[in-house]
Amino acid sequence: MEPRHYIEFQDVSFQYPNSEDWALKGVSFHIKPNEWVAIIGHNGSGKSTIAKLMNGLLSPQQGTIHVQELPINQETIWDVRKKVGMVFQNPDNQFVGTTVIDDVAFGLENHGIPREDMQKRISYSLKAVNMEEYVNHEPHNLSGGQKQRVAIASVLAVEPELIILDEATAMLDPKGRNSIMNTVHQVRQDRDVSVVTITHDLNEVLFADRVIVMNEGNVWFEGTPREVFQKHDELQAIGLDTPFVTQLSRHLNKLGISLHKEPLTHKDLMDELWTLHSTR
Amino acid sequence: MSNSVIIGQYVPGHSPIHRLDPRMKIAIIFIFVIVIFLANNWVSYSILTAFALLSTISTRIAPSFILKGLKPVWFLIIFTFILHLVVTKEGDVLISVLNFDIYSGAIWKGLEISLRFFLLILMTSLLTLTTTPISITDAIESLFHPLNKIRFPVHELALMMSISLRFIPTLMQETDKISKAQASRGVDFRTGPIKERIKAVVPLLVPLFVSAFKRAEELAMAMEARGYNGGEGRTKFRELKLKKADLFVLIFFILVLIGFWISRS
Repeated sequence: MEPRHYIEFQDVSFQYPNSEDWALKGVSFHIKPNEWVAIIGHNGSGKSTIAKLMNGLLSPQQGTIHVQELPINQETIWDVRKKVGMVFQNPDNQFVGTTVIDDVAFGLENHGIPREDMQKRISYSLKAVNMEEYVNHEPHNLSGGQKQRVAIASVLAVEPELIILDEATAMLDPKGRNSIMNTVHQVRQDRDVSVVTITHDLNEVLFADRVIVMNEGNVWFEGTPREVFQKHDELQAIGLDTPFVTQLSRHLNKLGISLHKEPLTHKDLMDELWTLHSTR
Repeated sequence: MSNSVIIGQYVPGHSPIHRLDPRMKIAIIFIFVIVIFLANNWVSYSILTAFALLSTISTRIAPSFILKGLKPVWFLIIFTFILHLVVTKEGDVLISVLNFDIYSGAIWKGLEISLRFFLLILMTSLLTLTTTPISITDAIESLFHPLNKIRFPVHELALMMSISLRFIPTLMQETDKISKAQASRGVDFRTGPIKERIKAVVPLLVPLFVSAFKRAEELAMAMEARGYNGGEGRTKFRELKLKKADLFVLIFFILVLIGFWISRS
């Protein structure tokens, strides 16, 4: 039977060494299999700490974290890392191999995948992120977005059940951001995989099934993207900006033009606007 | 980056030398370098020179490119020649310039040392010209593998080498960026007395080091997240296999060595 929760945090508290404040204060939440969850919050809200706790890069002082009902501890840590792949913020500082193919192979080598399987997995995962033409390219000849796609391919090659994007688009230009988001979308259509995106860019939240808003080490709110954006003023109070579309519809509302339903994307907004007269 | 120095630069190609097993190349060059110092007459030198030239031609890299690339070394070769001309006092006096005698032995000695030097540089640069740095790393890991028994960290060393190679261009770009940033703040790297210019390097090095350490920390975390747990239980994607061509080259090289040994006086 498939477990109901893929990852479960129970009352998790974490404190960085040499720091008086708790980065997380008794956080509980879960992530279901095949779910896309966005964790948002401003700097220092504890969202990146959550990512590092999920695959055992940090371990909590209090509380437990279960991955597939398996607690994370020293014995299970390497199995967990095989199941939970992670893409970090800086495209350069996670590129280990001298070429694209070597970088994808690095993770496979670590997990002791036999050589015969490697070639197949590498070409499959590079294809999934549309980087198959760059097999022998060196990292300094790739753009930031391309490097992040290679990082995703490296994670995919290990065939994880959960992919964490820890601010993976923060250092990219808008084009690179879109390409990463589309890549993740595409990957999810081809295989069963949960995704956790950690971000302070609320535009990325739109893709998610569910959003967890973090504030000062606590879970501040949990809900669908639409529910989150309805809390517009409160979000701004904790230092988060809502996307352009939400802001525009709020301003329209103030002017007495109320839209049928709260739009989330540009397309939603456009549809709402051009049908405004007929649906009234 | 200076393009005139070719030592350490890889030229992509598909020549027989390019395809040779890197371990074989390293082994042959290692032996060759030792053997150069055992040559003691013109026949043995000719054999070694012929072998070096044959190797050079087989790389299918334009000889003019290789010679041009060795430019900085030419100066050293000529310098050694002149040094021997002045210092050595053997054989007959050939010419006397301004009370200064040049001996016939000095010319021979100078030529000999210069030739040795030239062959040495030529052969070692052929290695780096025809082998990617990562193949060299793989070869070193494979050749040093037996040292694992005495707990020499072969795998870690090889990984360190490959990561350094991977980060050279990244750090170069970073240096360029920082030097531009500092220049725009008024730091002058190009003019002024040497002392001032050395001082100007400090604001370049400090940020570079800080960022290198930050990179190292993040890289370590990324590697751990991707399941890196030391050399044990790791499989290898790149595999070195000796091919028939490698054996032919080895046999040929052994024949050359035998010929060389017989010709020695």
